[in-house]
Amino acid sequence: MYVRLRSAASLLRSVLLRLCGLVLTLLAVSAAIFLVIDVLPGDVASVMLGTSAREDTLAALREQLGLDRPAHLRYLAWIGGLLTGDLGQSVTYSSPVATLIAERLAVTAPLAAMSLALVVLIALPLGVAAAASQDGPVDRLIGLFGQIGVAVPNFWIGLLLILAFATGLGWLPAGGFPGWGAGIGAGLRSLVLPAVALALPQAAVLTRIVRTATLDVIGQDFVRTARAKGVPGTVALTRHVVPNALVPIVTILGLQLSFLVAGAVLVENVFNLPGLGRLAYQALAQRDLVVIRSVVLLLAGLVIAVNAAIDLLTLAVDPRLRRSR
Amino acid sequence: MLTRLSLAAALLLALPLSAQAAPKTTLAIGMGVEPTGLDPTIAAPVAIREVTWANLFEGLVKLDSSGRVGPLLAKTWEVSADGLVYTFRLQEGVKFHDGTPMTSADVKFSLDRARAPTSTNAQKQIFAPIDAVETPDASTAVVKLKQPSGNFLYFLSWGDAAIVCQKTAETNRATPVGTGPFRFKSWARGDRVELVRSPDYWGAKPALESVTFRFITDPQAQVAALKAGDIDAFPNIGAPELFADLKTDRRFTAVAGNTEGEIVAGMNNAKKPFDDVRVRRALMQAVDRKALVDGAYSGFGQPIGSHFSPNHPAFVDLTSVLPYDPAKAKALLKEAGYGSGLSITIKSPQMAYASRSAELLSAMLAEVGVELKIVPTEFPAKWIEEVFKAKDYDMTIVAHAEPLDIDIYGREGYYFNYRSEPFRALVAEAARTPDEAARFETYRKAQRLLAEDVPALFLFQLPKLGVWNAKLKGLWESTPIPSNDVTGVSWSE
Repeated sequence: MYVRLRSAASLLRSVLLRLCGLVLTLLAVSAAIFLVIDVLPGDVASVMLGTSAREDTLAALREQLGLDRPAHLRYLAWIGGLLTGDLGQSVTYSSPVATLIAERLAVTAPLAAMSLALVVLIALPLGVAAAASQDGPVDRLIGLFGQIGVAVPNFWIGLLLILAFATGLGWLPAGGFPGWGAGIGAGLRSLVLPAVALALPQAAVLTRIVRTATLDVIGQDFVRTARAKGVPGTVALTRHVVPNALVPIVTILGLQLSFLVAGAVLVENVFNLPGLGRLAYQALAQRDLVVIRSVVLLLAGLVIAVNAAIDLLTLAVDPRLRRSR
Repeated sequence: MLTRLSLAAALLLALPLSAQAAPKTTLAIGMGVEPTGLDPTIAAPVAIREVTWANLFEGLVKLDSSGRVGPLLAKTWEVSADGLVYTFRLQEGVKFHDGTPMTSADVKFSLDRARAPTSTNAQKQIFAPIDAVETPDASTAVVKLKQPSGNFLYFLSWGDAAIVCQKTAETNRATPVGTGPFRFKSWARGDRVELVRSPDYWGAKPALESVTFRFITDPQAQVAALKAGDIDAFPNIGAPELFADLKTDRRFTAVAGNTEGEIVAGMNNAKKPFDDVRVRRALMQAVDRKALVDGAYSGFGQPIGSHFSPNHPAFVDLTSVLPYDPAKAKALLKEAGYGSGLSITIKSPQMAYASRSAELLSAMLAEVGVELKIVPTEFPAKWIEEVFKAKDYDMTIVAHAEPLDIDIYGREGYYFNYRSEPFRALVAEAARTPDEAARFETYRKAQRLLAEDVPALFLFQLPKLGVWNAKLKGLWESTPIPSNDVTGVSWSE
């Protein structure tokens, strides 16, 4: 009992430590984002008013947007706003950034979740199956899928899927998003193809990781012992091998989430989904700094948080890691 | 039983019949770029006009598809003999979409707002000649000018001069309120803007009940959406190489018209070697415009010899002034002292037409001994900083999308660094000549001067590659002003 309490307390301590680190990292990241975006060549007033605008008109707009204030004041205003939940007003869309981000998250978050689920659903069985039939025909076939999947970019897979399932068979929409107001079914339908396009390359990567991790464990003594005691092959795999191979798999999966978010920019363009990736892309092109900085911070925060969560998850998955700290 | 059966049969027969009898009254129209805000009076982007012009907002006058000025909110007008006083008689019974009646006070408000010191109107200079706006009665607006402005009426047709309501002017960017036949319904940012027919429109009722503008950036996705039937019309599709394929598809009408965008390779005229007109002419004669259009835009796009839109009534084709002639180009370069070769750079933005044209230009100039190095840049943000403001470039390439913008070659500090007093005199003359015939003649002279002096390499007019359902009628083939006028659009069955 005492041992368990102590381990719970140490777990709590490492969670708290990580949270502090998280906040500090986010603060440093926010400063970096602000600086990088601020020195980016380009001026939103010129972009909005075009090449015929007179200097006094540009100055009037800059003043209206508060761009004439010094950089450190604008940074403090941003951070202050973040703490109170006010991310400011988009210059180009003239609507609150928080609303814009929330609208876009409603597309990108389910898309990323669906892709992540697909990645796991594809990679786990395939990788384990490949390891189980090491160097056999099944392994070779799955290896081929891995090679192709890694080599082919997600936006191209997206185009192929559109050609096959939207233009050709007409089963699913070619792109666009009807909004969740049109019903959950309609919303999910328009996310299926993008999720598959986004998931396939990452599933290919993860399949190879799963295969290697599984092979590492399969060769170990305790598995041989289990098999010697008469545990059937599949049971040995699911009960003894896979749980012990999870640490590297979960770590890679965490890294893959950032690839999924990055890939979403391209895939959202191909499928014309109004997601966070497209918002970031568009805001960057228009130099709508107010939008970019908050979106980038959100994405950075997401990656940092996921990494922290993965660390904790590996602690939960592998008791040895907990004891050694 | 029999009656029930026959009733059912009658119903079954009647269903397709009634579906045929009532033509569709909705339209899904695709655009490559989403507008940033929906108020054309405070921002420049073309996409804002492509949603709102004539559909949602109206000006005192309107352009027709051939580029001629006609009445809109102003029923009639008189211009004083000296060209300084414009008296507009307004349409009666016009209401803004929020129910407020439109009167001469709104005309005064709109014009005064556009020319105010705090105005953020992207075309503020077109209002500069205004001295005062008077409102003798609710349906008469008198605009007094400080100096005659030859194109004043024409400028009033632009979205920048839309008549807005005082109550709603500040919120038009997100929830626009105009006087047009369609009113704003919703804007799902990143995806679509929906307009619906205004029940109390003052003029002829449009055939369409609702119009949805959907924004699809990727050219492949644009074509996929058309073929899947998600989009009824794409007035300007982004992929010329896919347009040829759509032309053979019977389900669609595919027409190549003209936009207002002249694609020109601007040169830094203040910088060596571009300060020598012989070099500029040599570079122009090294360019095979036809081959360029074939390579850069799949053969769609009219070659141009000067900076003027073929949509404009005063357009002259001047491609024969400095035609493709590599031997002549080499001779001119030798004469200018560059017989042993020349090395220059071109800042090329990311748009497909620009980067492809830059590559072709590079190959063509190599034929006459000029090495053209391509330096990528990003349009608009970075390009405006580097090229437009800092003038840190040799050559560059962009489409100038604004209508009637030949005067840019006469503007002080414009990025071409071009100074020609005769040209400035011509532009100034055109600007103060109210008489149309005389003004158009001056514009022809100005076009000729540019064609011979080539401050920029005049390449081709950016085409408008329109593709729409074959049953749709009334969409414009060419746009004399950036727009998607759907007021006259209907389905044929």
